[in-house]
Amino acid sequence: MKIAITSTGNSQESNLDQRFGRCSFFAIYDTGTRSIEFLPNPNKDTEEGAGPASVQILASRDVKKIVSGEFGLKIKGLLDSLRIQMIVLKQPEKNINEIIEMLNR
Amino acid sequence: MSPRPFRLRKVNSPPLISGFKPYGKKKDEDLSGSVFLHLEEYEAIRLCDFEMLNHQQAAILMNVSRPTVTRVYSKARKKIAEALVLGKQIIIEGGKIYFDSEWFSCDSCGCYFNNPEKLENPTECPLCKSTNFHSYQADIYREEIKSYESVDVCFCPSCGFEKRHHSGYRCKDENCPDCGKRMIRKNAPFLNNI
Repeated sequence: MKIAITSTGNSQESNLDQRFGRCSFFAIYDTGTRSIEFLPNPNKDTEEGAGPASVQILASRDVKKIVSGEFGLKIKGLLDSLRIQMIVLKQPEKNINEIIEMLNR
Repeated sequence: MSPRPFRLRKVNSPPLISGFKPYGKKKDEDLSGSVFLHLEEYEAIRLCDFEMLNHQQAAILMNVSRPTVTRVYSKARKKIAEALVLGKQIIIEGGKIYFDSEWFSCDSCGCYFNNPEKLENPTECPLCKSTNFHSYQADIYREEIKSYESVDVCFCPSCGFEKRHHSGYRCKDENCPDCGKRMIRKNAPFLNNI
């Protein structure tokens, strides 16, 4: 199963990005192979519709869960109908490694 | 003057099927028509007739006012009746709605998560695998819904006298037998979350 984590940078030491649509990178973690892939977010500086566009990217990669600091209004209904689970973690100091460790527990 | 903004109706989950088709056609009858049952109307039928909630309770779950639920519900009844009587197809689609699922909060890692698989309840926190989590919104809803199940009570604001409310009679038309003041409804049913 693939889990997306919003990240501020493209390394495992980067912190969790508190925004979803305009985060810098998506870290896509595969629980089966335990591999991590970093995707730059092309919607980082978009003025409008960054959220739905980001959802599209993640949904096309068959992500089942998304960890982020917050999800916008347009996103919640969209992810709900796509059956993607949202996990809201309000701890910006957590880095990607720590979150993956939590997921592996 | 701009009109009052439209409140989106909240729908718990999409229906299992996207419609109904009539069968067993009598000869020479034309059964080609179809009615479009909106998702909000489907939700009103589900809450009022399947979950057996009253309109006030359904209103809280759909995040609209009670009269709106009644209006949506009667529209739904009309459409379903039309389909049954005239042998039309029912297509469930459309409507200005949004889907919402239940949210949970984990006590051990402090995260919030929702439950996209609405038919099953989650067994563990998806992040830290702890079983120490509780429902986040449902508690509030459940309490609110419960308050409409209790019996309505008329209440005297000056001396605190209470009596059971008779439906159909306004509380303020009755006077308190102790001090003669006008009575009011205790815990008046209005929606706090709007």
